[in-house]
Amino acid sequence: MSHIRPTPRQYLILGLVAVSAPLGDTCLSRGMTELPSISLAHPLSLISAVFTPWIAAGIALLIGFFASYLTALSWADLTYVLPATAFGNVIVALLSRFWLHEPISFQRWFGIVLITIGVGFVAHGPSLTERTSVEPSGPAEPVSEIAEERVP
Amino acid sequence: MMILAAAPFSGPWAAAAMIAAIVLCSTTGEVLTASAMKSIGDLDDIRAHSGLKGAILAVVTCPRFYAGVGFLALAFFSLLFALNHLDLSLVAPASASLTLVTNAIAARFFLKENVDHRRWTAAVLVCIGVYFLAH
Repeated sequence: MSHIRPTPRQYLILGLVAVSAPLGDTCLSRGMTELPSISLAHPLSLISAVFTPWIAAGIALLIGFFASYLTALSWADLTYVLPATAFGNVIVALLSRFWLHEPISFQRWFGIVLITIGVGFVAHGPSLTERTSVEPSGPAEPVSEIAEERVP
Repeated sequence: MMILAAAPFSGPWAAAAMIAAIVLCSTTGEVLTASAMKSIGDLDDIRAHSGLKGAILAVVTCPRFYAGVGFLALAFFSLLFALNHLDLSLVAPASASLTLVTNAIAARFFLKENVDHRRWTAAVLVCIGVYFLAH
């Protein structure tokens, strides 16, 4: 692995990935719990649920998440970006403690510490797997062989 | 369909099936999407050379991207369905934790990412951390 580190702007994008996903999920949860029970016999009712305010807000936040997530995946490994999404749980827990003054149990503090350490582990490492152009053996280069066709 | 519609969506097996559907679709979608984005190249560089329109065009003209989005859409509707029957405090952390581990495995074997000890340790720590955060 090379020591490829993100720029401050790229860290900002990772921050957007972390914040927008849990906020979007919370909006979706609020919207779905307000709806009557949905069964597999009426799958189209899931489509109509998309147009309710809380679910629409959740989807808007998740579109923002997806745009920043795609950008991050274009310059970093999947296993580097994913812990950033989990760090969003920590942000929501800290907001609920210090903004909404909700109590946080010892178990949750322990979870926050574990996630923070885990994200710290990844963040201090390289963001992208180094790929050599010539592999001595084996069919490597699974995803980069068509890169030159797509980059304008 | 009638049998599924008549079956009550409750109990641990139903919850496990709903969460497994989310994890499977999400992992497949994320691996396909990551593969598509790596094949496209750095979006910041593309935007610097071709503008935002060029970056969007590079993404929307990649067939693998649509395959990834298709599976992520399936994961999304699986999540909506699960949230209608289960608590967010169960669905979100359980699916997030399991997806982290399955994605690390899939990235190692399908994307050939160098998932070293540092990243395995992080995946396990985050997985346990999300579990504790939800309970």
